[in-house]
Amino acid sequence: MAEIQTLILYGSLFISLFFEVFLLITYLEVREELNREESYLSKDIQKFPTVTIIVPCFNEERTVDNTVRSLLNLDYPKEKLSIIIVDDGSTDGTGQALLRFESYPQISVLSKENGGKYTALNLALKKVQSELVGCLDADSFVNADALRKIVPFFQDTSIMAVTPSIKVFEPKSVLQYLQKIEYSWGIFLRRMLSSIGALYVTPGPFSIFRVRVFTELGGYAPGHHTEDLEIALRMQKHRYKIVNSQGAHVYTVAPKSLGALYRQRVRWTYGFLNNALDYREMFFNKKYGHIGIFILPIAASSIFSTLFVAISSVWHNLSRVLDALVKFQTVGFHWQSSLPSFDWFFINTGVLPILALGAVMLTLVILYLSIKMADGQVRLSRGIFFYLTLYIFIVPLWLAKAVFNTVFRRQVNWR
Amino acid sequence: MINSKKYLVAFAITAVIFGTAIFVSNILSQKKLEDVRTIENRVALDILSSETQFALLEETSCRDIGPGFLSKELGSIGEKLTYAENQTEFNNADLEYLKRSYFLLEIKDYLLMKRLTEKCGVKPTFILYFYSTKDLCEDCQKTGYVLTALRDKYPDLRVYSFDYHFDLGAINTLVSIYKVKSDLPALIINGLIYYGFHSTEELEETVPALKELAARAKALEKAATSTPETN
Repeated sequence: MAEIQTLILYGSLFISLFFEVFLLITYLEVREELNREESYLSKDIQKFPTVTIIVPCFNEERTVDNTVRSLLNLDYPKEKLSIIIVDDGSTDGTGQALLRFESYPQISVLSKENGGKYTALNLALKKVQSELVGCLDADSFVNADALRKIVPFFQDTSIMAVTPSIKVFEPKSVLQYLQKIEYSWGIFLRRMLSSIGALYVTPGPFSIFRVRVFTELGGYAPGHHTEDLEIALRMQKHRYKIVNSQGAHVYTVAPKSLGALYRQRVRWTYGFLNNALDYREMFFNKKYGHIGIFILPIAASSIFSTLFVAISSVWHNLSRVLDALVKFQTVGFHWQSSLPSFDWFFINTGVLPILALGAVMLTLVILYLSIKMADGQVRLSRGIFFYLTLYIFIVPLWLAKAVFNTVFRRQVNWR
Repeated sequence: MINSKKYLVAFAITAVIFGTAIFVSNILSQKKLEDVRTIENRVALDILSSETQFALLEETSCRDIGPGFLSKELGSIGEKLTYAENQTEFNNADLEYLKRSYFLLEIKDYLLMKRLTEKCGVKPTFILYFYSTKDLCEDCQKTGYVLTALRDKYPDLRVYSFDYHFDLGAINTLVSIYKVKSDLPALIINGLIYYGFHSTEELEETVPALKELAARAKALEKAATSTPETN
C-alpha cells in the first residue's frame, strides 16, 4: 500500500514537473511572438468590424451599471458597437437599474424569465446582426482599449474567437488579493495555451467570437453551468481556432468570502470534469493536437493528483500530530526534547522532498513570469504571500466537492 | 501538427531533474550514514580508551576515573539510527551494518559499566531496553518517549536499547542471560525484568538511583553557578 502511494506521489510529481518544464519551454518560444504582437496591436485599425456585446444579468443591480458604462467607454466607433443587456429574471433592482440605459441607441435591453445564463445569451444571439459577438458578465469591466486589442486578431480569417486577460478588480479582502495572483497565473497559462492552440475556456468576461461560430455550431448549451467551457471545447472539437490577446484587459469582481469562492470554484471544477466527460473522445486523440494529447488529460489528472497529494499530506501530518499527542500524554510537555533539532541529519533529504522543492522553485519562476506578464513588473505584495501560504490549503476543498458531485451525480448551484 | 520534439525536450529535462534529485538524495543519505559511522568510530575509540584505563585500574584506584569515563555519544547515535530507520532514502544494508555496530558498542559499554560497578562499588544507573520493530508495538513507542525524557532529566542515566528481533548473536545472548520473553517492551533494571509500559513516575520509583542522580545533578549545577570566576 505504502509503495503504491509512493509510486503515485512520484508519478504526480513527474507530471507536475513535466508540465512546468513544458510551460517554460513554450514561454521561451512565445517571448518573441509577444513582442511582435505588441507592435502589431499598437498599429491603427484600418477596418473596424461590427461588434455586439451581450451582458446577461441575474441580480446584478450593484455592478451592472459599471459594467455597461465600461462598455460605453470602449475606444471603438460607436456605430460599430451594439450592446444587448438581458435581464434573466432578476429578483432584485437589476430591472430598475437597466431602465436608465434604454435611451441609448446602441443599447437594447431584453427581459425574460430566469432560465440560466446560457438561455440569456441564446436569446440575445438571435438578435445579433454584427460580424463579431462577445459576452461580458455583469460583474466585470473592460479597459477602454480592450476591444481594439482583440479585433486585429480577426484579420486572420482562421481565428474564430479571441479571449482577453482577466484581472481581479480592486482587491480588498485576503481572498481577493490571493485571487489577484491566481488570475496572473491564469493570464500566463492562457497565453501559453493560446500559442499551442489548446485554450479550453472562452471566459464569460469579454471573449469575442465570429458570429458564424454560433450559426455553424449552434448557440450556447447548459454545459453543466460552465457554458463558456463547453463552447470552447465544442469549438476545439470542430478545430475552430481560439487565441488569447494578452494585452486586452478585463476586470472582474472576485468572490470576497470563502463561501462564495468555494461555490464558484466547485462550479468551475464540476463544469470542467463533466464537460471533459462529454468530450472524452478528445482525450489522447492526436487529431486534436496539443489539447487532446496533453492539455485536457493533464488538466483532468491534475485535479486527482492534487487531491491525492492533499489527502496524503493531511494523513502524514495527522499521524505526526497523533504521535505528538501520544508523546504529550506519555511524558507531558518536555521542553528539552520538544525543541526542534538543528542537526542537519534530521532534515528530510529523501528524493520526494527534493523533487517537491524543485517543483516549488519552478512554480516560483512561473509565478514571477506570470506577474510580470500581468502587471508589467514584479513587486513583493501581500497577494503573493497569501497565494503561497493559503492557496494550497483551500484548493483541495473545492476539488474534493466537485469530484464528489461528479461521482455521485449531484448538481451544483450557480451561486 | 504536434511538435513532438518539444515533448521529448520537456521529458528529457524532467528526467534530468528527477535524476539529479535521486543523485543528491543519495549523496546526502550517504553523508548522513558516514556521520553515524564517524560517531561510532569515535565511540569505539572511547570504549577502547576506557577499557585500557580500566585495565590500568588494577594498579590504580577508582578515584582516578574521571567523569568522562564512559562515552556520551551513544544516545545521539541511537536517535539518528531511529530516525534513519523511518526514512526510505537510506541504504538498508548500510543501515543494518551501522545498527549492528551500535548494538555491539552498547553491549561493550554496558559490560564496562558493570565492571566499573563491581570494582568501584558505583550504584548502577542503567536500563537495558528491548523493543520490537517487527510488529506494531505502541507501548514500545511510548516507552521510547519515557526513556528519552528520563535521559534528558538525568544525563548520567545510561539507557541501552536493543531491537529484540535483530539478528545479532550478542543480543540473543543477552536475551537468554536475562530470559527476556517476546512480550515487549521489556526493561531490565537492577537485574529485574519489567514488561509492558511504565510511566516516568513508576520508573522513578522503581529505580532509586535516579533520585540520587537527580540530587547529584542539582548539586553539580549549584556548585557550577556559585563558583566565582578566578581569572
